Amino acid sequence: MQVTLRVKRFNPEAQKERAFYQDYSVDVEEYFTVLDSLVKVREEVDESLTLRCSCRASICGSCAMRVNGHATLACKTKLISVMDDKRTVNVEPLTNHPVVKDLVVDMKPFWNKIHAVEPWLQPEGPEPKDEYIAPNEAMLHLTGVMGCIMCGACVSDCTVLEVDPNFLGPAALAKAYRFVGDPRDDADKKRLGKLNQYTGVWDCTRCYECVQVCPKGVAPMDRIMALRDRAIAAGYDNTYGARHAEAFSNLVEHSGKLDELRLVPMTFGMFNPLSLPQLLGMVPVALRALWHRKMPPIRHKAIPSSRRVRQIFKKIEGKK
Amino acid sequence: MKYAFFPGCVSRGGCPELYPAALKVCERLGIELEEMEDASCTGAGVLQEKNQLLGDTLNARTFALAEKTGLPIMTICSTCQGVMSQANLRLREDSAYLAQINETLSEEGLTYKGTTDVKHLLWIMIEDIGVDELKKKFVRALSDLRVAPFYGCYIVRPSWALEFDKHPERQNSLESLIEAVGAEVVDFEGKTRCCGFPILTINEKNSLSMVAKHTSEAQNLGADAMVTPCPLCHLNLDGYQPKAAAQAGIKIHMPILHLPQLVGLALGFSAKEMGLGRHITSSRKVMAAITDKVQV
Repeated sequence: MQVTLRVKRFNPEAQKERAFYQDYSVDVEEYFTVLDSLVKVREEVDESLTLRCSCRASICGSCAMRVNGHATLACKTKLISVMDDKRTVNVEPLTNHPVVKDLVVDMKPFWNKIHAVEPWLQPEGPEPKDEYIAPNEAMLHLTGVMGCIMCGACVSDCTVLEVDPNFLGPAALAKAYRFVGDPRDDADKKRLGKLNQYTGVWDCTRCYECVQVCPKGVAPMDRIMALRDRAIAAGYDNTYGARHAEAFSNLVEHSGKLDELRLVPMTFGMFNPLSLPQLLGMVPVALRALWHRKMPPIRHKAIPSSRRVRQIFKKIEGKK
Repeated sequence: MKYAFFPGCVSRGGCPELYPAALKVCERLGIELEEMEDASCTGAGVLQEKNQLLGDTLNARTFALAEKTGLPIMTICSTCQGVMSQANLRLREDSAYLAQINETLSEEGLTYKGTTDVKHLLWIMIEDIGVDELKKKFVRALSDLRVAPFYGCYIVRPSWALEFDKHPERQNSLESLIEAVGAEVVDFEGKTRCCGFPILTINEKNSLSMVAKHTSEAQNLGADAMVTPCPLCHLNLDGYQPKAAAQAGIKIHMPILHLPQLVGLALGFSAKEMGLGRHITSSRKVMAAITDKVQV
């Protein structure tokens, strides 16, 4: 069958250093993947088309790119599953990475962030005679995250990195969880302290992009949420993120639903002088909302069975 | 067509214009509603990040309450929809987990068997009523409007929890609806991205950057307004738009409509009846485009 691959191209050596789209019409078999088709284009149509690939079996992670606006492994994506009615497929390099040429991106910033979370075991105490051994059941929760092949798909589609390149990002944070969650590692407190800072776990928007696009089921966002929980448990509870989670939970526990009016001051800290700029910054927003009567009711009403909700909280969270 | 109505916290909180607009639209579309006054907050993903079992138990309680009435649940919030869909998937896939949660629910005399479906009003309109039937009910063509869709993360991801494989039409449901009301769709990359609301109190700078990025992108593409099925997105995209524009150093004026407001206008309701005047970013541009277009 005949398909059209619309490929985003960029050649830094060209006179006009601007990206452009080029259509390649190519005859393919029904079982072809996006990668098979691109390789065919390179071999038979245009040898200047630049892409990176190796294993062709979703193991090496080199062929991550965007297909129809979403990051994926080209070798794992069947052409027929992504082409439109006109048998056209859009192929672009990963976003949130500098482009080297065509579909090849520079992975250096990616690796710098992985390196920043110190992805190696840091045990304390005397070294064992043979090897560090962990019970199987203590490692089970890490099997998913250990499946990461470092392809960069999650980083490409991360909504935070799109506006803030300093964010550590889903791949590095998932890797951090791999060591924080390892029973043989003794650097949890230090690691969580770093991850608790700006650019760390609390900057994630919980948008599920990384969970959606990860080709290996690593679910980086779920690991970030687990890191938040562990950071609070380790005593790092004096952040806007931690206070927001606590305030939200307390408000729902109290009345069965969210009291939005109290959530913001509780998150900032009612008597926290450091939050004064944030609270003052809210004043124009609040005044505009008041002017347009776009405000939650002053008197918050609980659901009829709020007592029952409190009992559920008490039972599950072990609260009194 | 009857649903157990789960309005969510924000439709009667930070976006008080949404709840009455949704009720009016449903009545005119013939969607009968039985409001779930005793249902709790879904947890919005925030409770779940601390304690998934707790969040799932609260949602299982809501599902069990609806199951008793034999009605599917209708939501009007992308976040409520996504969180409930994810909870429902976990409960339906793992019978031991469901049994554990039912043990807690039994103290209130409730059991969840796993039969309650949860549907956003957007999906109900596209799937249960259908575009052709909708068009028959619309009396005002919004043909002068160019509208950009903005879904909200939880109604598009993760796609397996939202059953996109069974319902592929859900992927373009908002575009289908914009076309159905007679408006022009302004497609843009940001339509399925994050509005930034979840980190508003945590990293305001990033949150506002997201608002500015999406609203200015839609504006540059010529959109007159943006429509969203998520009141949380509305809070950020509408309420924080002036601050986001100031931070970005650009001029942005992008009216943000709730989904029922756009449909309500097509059904012939006035801008006042749909509460358009209660938005922070003025919807005057939208109001001007709809003047005298009602065909009775």
